[in-house]
Amino acid sequence: MTRHIRHAAFFCALLMIALLVNAARIQLFKARTYDDNIANRRTTIARYGQPRGDILVDGRPVTGSQDTGEHLRYERTYTNGPMYAPVTGFASQMYGTTLLEATEDGVLAGTDPLLSPFPVWSGAARDRHPGGDVATTLRGAAQKAAFEGLEGRKGAVAAVEPSTGRILALVSAPSYDPSALSGNGSSVPRSWSTLNRDRDKPMLNRAVRKTYPPGSTFKVVTAAAALDAGVIEDVDKPTRSPDPYTLPGTRTRLTNASEGCENAALRKAFEWSCNTVFAKLGVEVGAERMAATAQAFGFNRADLRIPYSVARSTFDREVDRAQLALSSIGQFNTRATPLQMAMVAAAVANGGQVRTPYLVERTTRAGGGTVSTAGSSPVRQAMRPSTAARMKELMVDVVREGTGTGAWIPGATVGGKTGTAQHGLGNSGTPYAWFVSWAQGDHDAEPKVAVAVVVEDADPDRGEISGGGDAAPIARSVMEAVLKSPAPRAP
Amino acid sequence: MTKAGTTLVAADTPAPTARLPRRRGIELALIVVAVLLSVYGYCAVGIAKDGTVPPGAAGYGAGLGVLASVAHLAVRLRAPCADPVLLPIGVLLNGLGLVLIYRLDLETPGDRAAPAQLVWSTLGVALFIVVVLLLRDHRVLQRYSYVCVVAALVLLTLPIFFPAVNGARIWIRVAGFSIQPGEFAKVLLAVFFAAYLAANRNALAYTGRRVFGVERLQLPTGRVLGPLVAIWLLSVGVLVLERDLGTSLLFFGLFVVLLYVATGRTGWIALGLLLAAVGAVAVGQLEPHVHVRVEDWRQPFASIEAGEGPNQLSQSLFAFAAGGVLGTGLGLGDSILIGFAAKSDFILATAGEELGLAGLSAIFLLYGLLVERGYRAGLALRDPFGRLLAVGLASILALQVFVIAGGVTGLIPLTGMAMPFLAQGGSSVVTNWAIVALLIRLSHRSRSRLGIPEDPEDSRDSRNSRGPRDPKDPKDPENEESTV
Repeated sequence: MTRHIRHAAFFCALLMIALLVNAARIQLFKARTYDDNIANRRTTIARYGQPRGDILVDGRPVTGSQDTGEHLRYERTYTNGPMYAPVTGFASQMYGTTLLEATEDGVLAGTDPLLSPFPVWSGAARDRHPGGDVATTLRGAAQKAAFEGLEGRKGAVAAVEPSTGRILALVSAPSYDPSALSGNGSSVPRSWSTLNRDRDKPMLNRAVRKTYPPGSTFKVVTAAAALDAGVIEDVDKPTRSPDPYTLPGTRTRLTNASEGCENAALRKAFEWSCNTVFAKLGVEVGAERMAATAQAFGFNRADLRIPYSVARSTFDREVDRAQLALSSIGQFNTRATPLQMAMVAAAVANGGQVRTPYLVERTTRAGGGTVSTAGSSPVRQAMRPSTAARMKELMVDVVREGTGTGAWIPGATVGGKTGTAQHGLGNSGTPYAWFVSWAQGDHDAEPKVAVAVVVEDADPDRGEISGGGDAAPIARSVMEAVLKSPAPRAP
Repeated sequence: MTKAGTTLVAADTPAPTARLPRRRGIELALIVVAVLLSVYGYCAVGIAKDGTVPPGAAGYGAGLGVLASVAHLAVRLRAPCADPVLLPIGVLLNGLGLVLIYRLDLETPGDRAAPAQLVWSTLGVALFIVVVLLLRDHRVLQRYSYVCVVAALVLLTLPIFFPAVNGARIWIRVAGFSIQPGEFAKVLLAVFFAAYLAANRNALAYTGRRVFGVERLQLPTGRVLGPLVAIWLLSVGVLVLERDLGTSLLFFGLFVVLLYVATGRTGWIALGLLLAAVGAVAVGQLEPHVHVRVEDWRQPFASIEAGEGPNQLSQSLFAFAAGGVLGTGLGLGDSILIGFAAKSDFILATAGEELGLAGLSAIFLLYGLLVERGYRAGLALRDPFGRLLAVGLASILALQVFVIAGGVTGLIPLTGMAMPFLAQGGSSVVTNWAIVALLIRLSHRSRSRLGIPEDPEDSRDSRNSRGPRDPKDPKDPENEESTV
């Protein structure tokens, strides 16, 4: 019997060895595969197990983290959520992240190896650190002015600092509160489907993700191209422009909203936004050179990131002369995001140089140590400095005595351009009202802000619209906010 | 060699001074270590979850300490020669189980299982003390073997009259308490098997036909096949009527092990494996409940690929994987994702995640040590009933640990069973204390019978255990029987 007891004991020992070997198989060799299984929620739990880093405006957080005590512990909160939604995006436990919450997720969620004092080791070990903060370039006052200006309307505002490319305001209306999507309760899917069904598309970031026909605001580009190309040498010399202008090769007659455009000089034509003059100018510059200038301003670029992607603004170079004429007054296939038009105004204000716009000034560790800073953004010459100086004059005239008087700010030099863009089938849609401008305080060495405003549901009475009526006051309040608010401390 | 061997040498020498040391001091020291480890785990959970030592730490430590001390005193009083390792392992596993359940309770505020488990543990220790104090000679149990089997059958059939819970009819509800009678039946059946086989092993061993003229594969005749078939039918009956694959596997495995130990006939093993295979295949095909378990075992992540999310087994595997070598630390894992039965059948996953491969191996080794000590007592005992009982009780633990630990780690198809001492479940913890109490009694008997001439079987066996088998070999059970 003893021998058989030993056999049975041996059998039990085999069972235990099998358990030990199998445990080692699971916990050592299969561990990484199991950890990475998409159905394994541990990564998600770890992600929400610590407060998420914050997004800062003027050094103050516009986001927060709320300890829910639930399994996915921390939920994102937003102060002034709708106002900053086009910048922050949302960080949802159910629907992922967008915009800055998405592009800066590594820092905010604490997975970026650079958050560690030993980045190489940390990257290999896949550690998680306390979430870092993301300081934006926004000016809270400008953002507020833009958001309040668009309240109850549809449209967007983009404001940049011409000399650096810092984005000072980025607003889209109507907006939404991203905190409605933060958690994982039953209200979140409801909010999600409500927001997605909404015909006004509140989650669409109109400032960077929607392109509009820029209309007359594109005349800034056309004028710059004409000056750079030498088609116009004296802005005060009358042009040979018929009114109405028959588009080349067609019988379509282009007219103007205002009188006195026939043979108008560039200054007057710009001031009164003469379609006929600029259509003909565009044709005289030629498609190649028009497209080259537009691209120098940033059109036709699909790779712009601020750091999230910006929709491509377009200027069609495969056009006949009639199409070129329309393209040159911001119609046909010419489309631009509000941010792109702000860059156009900024180029004029900045001596012809376009600074690539950006939103993130720097990222920091939870303790405050800097992880990365924006550095100086790439620069591109959109027009000659002399052309830029003339364009500044033309834009100042528009605000002083032309269509853009609504943007005038006492104690500052303001240049602007209005636009009314027709759209829809047979131009039946409510026209978009545009205003692009820049402003320089009397005590400033250089222009401090360039803005583009688009209002989708402008006053439908076409006689009254102009970007001047609907959009210019919004642009003015944004510019005023920038000029009055103190510049942020150097990082 | 082994301690048993030492015993033999000591027994051969006539000097009565060669008494085995009683080692009660070692037991006490190990109990102190076990209680301290449990309290440390309890504090570690609190510190990980709230940053502070949980307020009940002192009370918990005192409670566990008092229970263990009283049990220790009982052993000192009535089983002073018992193996000093058995009781501390029981205390440590039970303490660790309470820590793990308390830890999981923190994730389920509406469902606290630790207080009830503490009450059941107290009952278990009380039963332990009763058994150690009152059962002066284990051979008394032999007289009640048929009472035991009837009681076991009654306990096994009771749950059929109660509603199924989560697919298995293994619970009865009395006054708000859920009791799993099958747990108690394990011990009763072990007693019956041991007594039945001790009485009938000669008939079982020496009747039968040879197959292919090979004596080793001698098969039993139809007359003695009866009990085996009866037990097999009982196992299948339990399985089909109560949908409890684990318990039926345990009963059958226990019977086959004891049958082999009692008779030494490999024919029984072959027949047992054959019957088990037939039963398993048939049940696997016919019972959807079991069929699903087998499919889950073969493809643990099938439900994920089907877009239905992870099932319990894949969650359990995720938990073990998340533990890695050293574990996340007590209180810092996410094994609660397993959901239902995280505190009972899947408690080992929490240990695996939070204590890592290191802690899991330590737990396996603790069970292994417990089983080894049971077998050691069996080896050192002289009477066949005591030997079979010790082997049977130790095998219950071994098989149960293998069936459930293998199930939750994906080694074998998952069957619902309680991890001895660790898992939530009152009936289980009480039963396991009863098993440890019986092992204490058996080991006391095995180590205290000094000065008595040794069973000749052992000494001869150790000399020629690998030698060719001769039907007239004096170590055969018949000869052994005559020496008693």
